[in-house]
Amino acid sequence: MANLLQYMISGLSMGSLYVLVALGIVLIYRATRILNFAHGDMATMGTFFAFTLLSFRLPFYVAFIGSLLFGGLLAILFYFSIIIPAQRREATLLGQITLTVGLGMIFQGAIVYLWGTDSKVMDFPLSDANVWKVGPVYLNELSLGTLAVGIIGSFLFYLLIQRTRVGLAMRATSENLAAAQTLAIPTRRILALAWGLAAFLGVLAGLFLAPALLLDPFFMLEPFLKGFAGAILGGLNSLPGAIVGGLIIGVAESLTGGYIALEFKNTVAFLIIILVLLVKPEGLLGTEFKERV
Amino acid sequence: MDLVESYKEELRLIDKPWKGFWIALLVLALILLPWFTGEDLVYIATLVFIYSIGVQGQNILIGYTGQISLGQAGFLAIGAFTFGHLSKAGAPLLLGLLGAGLVAAFFGVLVGFPSLRLKGPYLAIVTLGFGIAVYQVFTAYEFLSGGRMGMIVPKLEPFLGLSREVSAYYFTLLVGLFFTILSYNLISSYIGRAFIAVRDNDIAAEVMGVNLTQYKLLSFAISSFYTGVHGALFGMFLGFLDPQMFTFLETITMFIAVVIGGLALVEGGIFGAAFVILIPYIFNEYKELVPVIYGATVIVVMIFEPLGLAGRWLKIRLYFRNWPFR
Repeated sequence: MANLLQYMISGLSMGSLYVLVALGIVLIYRATRILNFAHGDMATMGTFFAFTLLSFRLPFYVAFIGSLLFGGLLAILFYFSIIIPAQRREATLLGQITLTVGLGMIFQGAIVYLWGTDSKVMDFPLSDANVWKVGPVYLNELSLGTLAVGIIGSFLFYLLIQRTRVGLAMRATSENLAAAQTLAIPTRRILALAWGLAAFLGVLAGLFLAPALLLDPFFMLEPFLKGFAGAILGGLNSLPGAIVGGLIIGVAESLTGGYIALEFKNTVAFLIIILVLLVKPEGLLGTEFKERV
Repeated sequence: MDLVESYKEELRLIDKPWKGFWIALLVLALILLPWFTGEDLVYIATLVFIYSIGVQGQNILIGYTGQISLGQAGFLAIGAFTFGHLSKAGAPLLLGLLGAGLVAAFFGVLVGFPSLRLKGPYLAIVTLGFGIAVYQVFTAYEFLSGGRMGMIVPKLEPFLGLSREVSAYYFTLLVGLFFTILSYNLISSYIGRAFIAVRDNDIAAEVMGVNLTQYKLLSFAISSFYTGVHGALFGMFLGFLDPQMFTFLETITMFIAVVIGGLALVEGGIFGAAFVILIPYIFNEYKELVPVIYGATVIVVMIFEPLGLAGRWLKIRLYFRNWPFR
């Protein structure tokens, strides 16, 4: 029982980071129908930027905010300089997805070139060495902090989407682009904002993953795939779905790692997705395919 | 453009005498290539032939049938390791290739089942999960992957007194030609038309009498057969197999090859394969920057030629056909 609780907690804390990644993927998918394969690499880029700022002995909060903004700006730059010209030339959807793949390669190559492939340890105010025993389970500072960031981040994000004018514009744009344009919503800027915000969430996840994993150029690949999987599990066009999906993936893989075998952690997570999708092809909370011939 | 009077004419691959001439010239050039170039270029060309098989297969699935798949690495691994085990057990070469293709095709059908209900990105994630599962199974069970040191696969025996590299070149050229002709025939037959109908609108296709279940599974089976043979040839060519060779990166490479080459064009498979092999090779000097250059090339090509390299190729051909009019 204590073990189960322990696995649940570590699963939830990992899952809350997958939620942040998944939210970014869903945000971009809802806005532009693009699966952003560069999402993980954007997050890695932002995290390494924070690492560099920290190595200049800047205080942590400066590096933190600086890297979040850096990631966001990078994504906005990508949207304006590459996606929009491609759309002007009528790139297909698969073509646009390939553009993000290309961008991911550029980022990965640049990271390897600038920072090398060896793994690094990032200074982080929270540590997983500070452990408290609460009842039968052990809680460490880092996983609690991660959980808190996941919850607060998703909550603020929810407020932004549901309670502000910008959020309303974003929802309108993803619902119906042409109608949003007629209503004088600056859709291009809104879409760019969606890209920026997605990268912002990705970097946030990356910053909290870096101390748990080691910081190397490929450290976001697996969390990215998991976040992607979580987004699909919850339904790609549903933001609450991303939260549910990310948490389920996190808990599922933690339980598998604990009870079945560590090697099959990833496989079982994907197996669950396949089973869920066979029953509900649009994901748990997604509503998408209404088709007419 | 031209008047087609019978179905037989429609099915003909070489519809004009000049086309036959150019193709013969190209094949002749490929046959003579090892005599005029160095060893490294022969090596690269062999890799291009091997990749063009798998990329054509994926193009049948992604480009023609419209099912986005990200499980290529899984099929490659299955094909490669099946071939490895078969050739270790003493099976002859062609039987090994066939076996690799068939086993991959079997798993293709298995993966294809979800495709009956799933679409677009949802299917992509299921196939991606398959690829990751295959990778983990091969790393976890050493009797499948030949242990921690990897699996030694017997290389192709040199034939006709040629060197090992040159005979590998000719053999892969032959297999590549076979599969290219196969794809052209497949696409111009009723099966290809059914695939295209499924891609354009599956419900409409079903109304017109295309059996969706059958054709989606068939598309998965054929494409994974191609990919399995690709994996087998790859293993035979390198003489060594290791699960680490079939990660997500390999899937991404194949995906890029399909899209950059040109979706729904058989030539696209060949162009795409050449692209993903040649770009890293050409920029080999700038070691650390190769991924950056590679990614940038992908972006530039995609922005300026949304239809891929084969699309540009079609435009060039059209330009010369209509010359001096435009």
